[in-house]
Amino acid sequence: MSAVMTDPAAAAKYQRFGRPLWRRLLLRTETAIILAIVLLIIIATATVPYFAQPYTYLTMLLNSAPILLMLIPVTLIIITGEIDLSVGSVLGFSSVIFGLSYAAGVPLLVAAVLAIVGGGLIGLFNGVLVTVVGLPSLAVTIGTLALFRGIAVGLLGTRAVTDFPEEVLGFVISPIFGSPLPMVTVAILVLVVAFAVLLHFTPFGRGVFAIGLSPEAAAFSGVRVNRTKLILFVLSGLVASATGVYYTLQYSNAIGTNGYGFELQVVTAIVLGGVSIWGGRGTLLGALAGGVLIAALNKTLQLAGIGSDTISIVTGAALIFSVVVASVAGSISRRRRGKASAIAAGA
Amino acid sequence: MTTTLKLPPIETGRSVFGKIIHAREVGLIVLIIALVAVTTVIQPSFLFSDGGFRELLRQPTILILIALGQAIVIITRNIDLSVGSILCLCTYLSGWLFANVPGIPIPVVVVIGILLGAFLGLINGLLVAFLKVPSLVITLGTLYAYRGIAILWIGPHFIRSSWLPPEYRKLGTMQVFGIPVLLIIVAIVVLLVGWFMTNRRAGRDLYALGSNPEAATLFGLSERRLTLNAFVTSGALAGLGGLVYLSIYATGDAKVGTGYELESVAAAVVGGVAIIGGSGTIWGVALGAFFLATISSALPVLGVPSLWQQSIVGVFIVGAILLDRLLFLNRTLQAKRKGRAL
Amino acid sequence: MKFTFSKASRKRGVAAVVTVAASAILLTGCVAPTGDDSGDGDANASGSITVIPKSLGNKYFEASDKGAAEAADELGLTFTEAGPTATGSADQVPFIQTAIQTGQGAIAIAANDPAAVCNDLKAAQSAGVKVVAYDTDTDCRDVFINQATVDGIAQGLVDLTSAHLGPDGGTIAILSGGANAANLNAWVDRITAIIEEDHPEITIAKVAYGDDIDEKAYQEAQGLIQSIPDLDAIIAPDTVSVKEAAHYLADTPEYQGKVWVTGLGLPSEMVEYIDSGVIEQFGLWNPEDLGYLASYAAQALINGDITGAEGETFEAGKLGEYTVGPDGEVVLGPMFVFDSSNVGDFSF
Repeated sequence: MSAVMTDPAAAAKYQRFGRPLWRRLLLRTETAIILAIVLLIIIATATVPYFAQPYTYLTMLLNSAPILLMLIPVTLIIITGEIDLSVGSVLGFSSVIFGLSYAAGVPLLVAAVLAIVGGGLIGLFNGVLVTVVGLPSLAVTIGTLALFRGIAVGLLGTRAVTDFPEEVLGFVISPIFGSPLPMVTVAILVLVVAFAVLLHFTPFGRGVFAIGLSPEAAAFSGVRVNRTKLILFVLSGLVASATGVYYTLQYSNAIGTNGYGFELQVVTAIVLGGVSIWGGRGTLLGALAGGVLIAALNKTLQLAGIGSDTISIVTGAALIFSVVVASVAGSISRRRRGKASAIAAGA
Repeated sequence: MTTTLKLPPIETGRSVFGKIIHAREVGLIVLIIALVAVTTVIQPSFLFSDGGFRELLRQPTILILIALGQAIVIITRNIDLSVGSILCLCTYLSGWLFANVPGIPIPVVVVIGILLGAFLGLINGLLVAFLKVPSLVITLGTLYAYRGIAILWIGPHFIRSSWLPPEYRKLGTMQVFGIPVLLIIVAIVVLLVGWFMTNRRAGRDLYALGSNPEAATLFGLSERRLTLNAFVTSGALAGLGGLVYLSIYATGDAKVGTGYELESVAAAVVGGVAIIGGSGTIWGVALGAFFLATISSALPVLGVPSLWQQSIVGVFIVGAILLDRLLFLNRTLQAKRKGRAL
Repeated sequence: MKFTFSKASRKRGVAAVVTVAASAILLTGCVAPTGDDSGDGDANASGSITVIPKSLGNKYFEASDKGAAEAADELGLTFTEAGPTATGSADQVPFIQTAIQTGQGAIAIAANDPAAVCNDLKAAQSAGVKVVAYDTDTDCRDVFINQATVDGIAQGLVDLTSAHLGPDGGTIAILSGGANAANLNAWVDRITAIIEEDHPEITIAKVAYGDDIDEKAYQEAQGLIQSIPDLDAIIAPDTVSVKEAAHYLADTPEYQGKVWVTGLGLPSEMVEYIDSGVIEQFGLWNPEDLGYLASYAAQALINGDITGAEGETFEAGKLGEYTVGPDGEVVLGPMFVFDSSNVGDFSF
């Protein structure tokens, strides 16, 4: 006979959640990732010279801000089981629209709005192709990746627009009141909170998870699958293009090649953060933590003088390792649960 | 035990002629002919000069090879993002072998190059097949990792064409009856792979796996073995692609193959392979790759500013999948009306 | 709303911790310089230089960095080379930041994009780090080491071409490299201007970009030769472009003798084309000397010998004395012409 719970109260709690509260909180992926970040920073402060400066954190966040911003809506898209690989191209495209309009004499704010609307339209385009026409999002967003990157480079490929007002540039990269956090952190936090509330505390968000677990079941439960996905793609386009405006101002440089390759970095961060690529599982906090982990890792290795080639290998290996172990652990736990239920069923 | 499977023909209600017209491959052939024709009208030397004709036929060879490998992987409902990095490593290894092992026979280098590609693909396959990890993530990781290894190993060096034996370099430009030898080699590979996928049990099983993995497993197919084979093949074809690259360009450095993964997916998609797996023909993929590669050599000749090339490729990718979907919806509608199977 | 948090996600999280911690420990432990501490910044400042090329894995920059390292050695400077693997506009930024943080005395940078790195270079300057631009200019630097004047290069290439074409002139095309590199665009503009002013008999039919990628340059060369039927010459002011244009000619004998190619090339890459007669002459300078001069200029800035103002002079080891020109530009020397008589003498 297997072990049997004799205490009815404990058994009741066990039946509801399977584990006591403290274990539930402590042993989540998100906690582990955050722990990893903290551990990494401790190790880096101790072993890497010059790490312990506010400048380190400032630049760490500045360098990764575009990825952190863009991964927020893409996380939701991945949770529904779709994917959006066009975000890097949307960034470049909106950067070009922003730069060209501004250079043509349009006021800065209006140019920014134009760029953001442009990105939203690309998101709409993606969304319509996926929901109304029924195309797989991987294929669609690979197509729009090429299409809009091509248009961006075609419009502004050789020369860049670099004449942006100094005050705005200064504001964008300045730290918040002497702390080692750049202004853009506010934007990141606001977005994260907004989307986290959307995802974890609203029916819309529950719908997102439901779609990821089973679109048919979700539809039967009353979730408007197509509308949800469409909204998510539009949001992704809007955020990516806003990021494009930000990126242009951060580097004072509007050019068609901005954001090249960012989509893969976004996906890497999200997956590392515990979001399942199959859909249906994951948290925004995890994805953000994944992004911060990669940023911290990059910063540490760069400061330690390690070449970008090695950093590439480490990133790839970390990604593979994390999913491999998750899968191995998953199959171990499945076998254990299988045994447990077999025993419970009548040994 | 190998049995040739005799499957009953599928009733589409179309005549042979109708079937031919509606085949994806025909559409692609028409597109290719149209593209070449228009370009040649504007610039006769595109087709009618020795150099032009050779380039037209030689240029697509690399893309065809990696697109084939990618298609096989996609058919099984996976994806291989590491093909570019694999190609780079195989190109450089081959050049390195020629330089550092004097007198090494060309066939040996070819075999080693392909084996390296197969080995790198094997790593992908093992991780995906045996650990049930999503291929998008795994090959994303190996894309970074293999590229990093390439840069670490190759550094700033590059292959000098003087390292290669002259016969190998001639292979790049040699023509038989006006057709580049490289294209002939690639065509043979296409025929072999295509025949295998259509007529051999192992090939058809890949389609079965991709269209319905659960049913395939219930039917007794080994998902692991098939997935593993798909990735090994993709890697091997990428390795062969690297050897072809070496022959054409007689050079190679750490940046070779950057961006190839998306191009190979694009070629497969344009060639009729569905991203969700289970369908698409090898001939279609070869034609799709040929078409996309020809666009990139036609555009400079047409005078289209090189900066606009990628957007045109993007238009075709989106157009291709859109077309596929609309055709599918149309066929479903027609079939329902006529009460026949698809 | 709680969905399943299985042991799988816990294990994955633990695994991620272990991976990251392990790799971080291994790598930083192995590579981190020993003994240095943030407090020691000033002691190092006078004795260190970080060189940031356009990207790693580039033969040309390997040569220039070699020269810079040699000079740094002579001067007793600690030399670090750091660079990205791709040539994106902002890819060099993390390395500028690292240089600032580790208290480098000077940065020598060949910027992929003149504007994108400006913010961080300005931050470097305000932190007391001297900024030397080399090979290609950027907006926020103390001095710019130019391998030859824009005029010198443009004039040199045009002279070679017009000498070949003769008094009847002809139609030419330009095959450049990366579309947003400042140095390339400056040369292309100047070549166009010189031809318009001084050589009405020469027409420029088209400007194409090879993006510093072998196959792209090859295809663009083919495109130019095929789309311009009466093309007489191609000027390729970029080492990858000139190599691939020559390569295409070598593969397509029917155009040899009909289309003449010249440009800026590395002797090591061009020697086979000179030997086979596909190319007659091309130009360049000595990239090792370029890096060498950059290190000496950096040291001069650190010591306060020069500030980047016109007319100042400084010593540059084996290269002799150099004077700072207008706008903080220091010119290495005139363009050097390679042909069959001297191409084999060089190792880069």
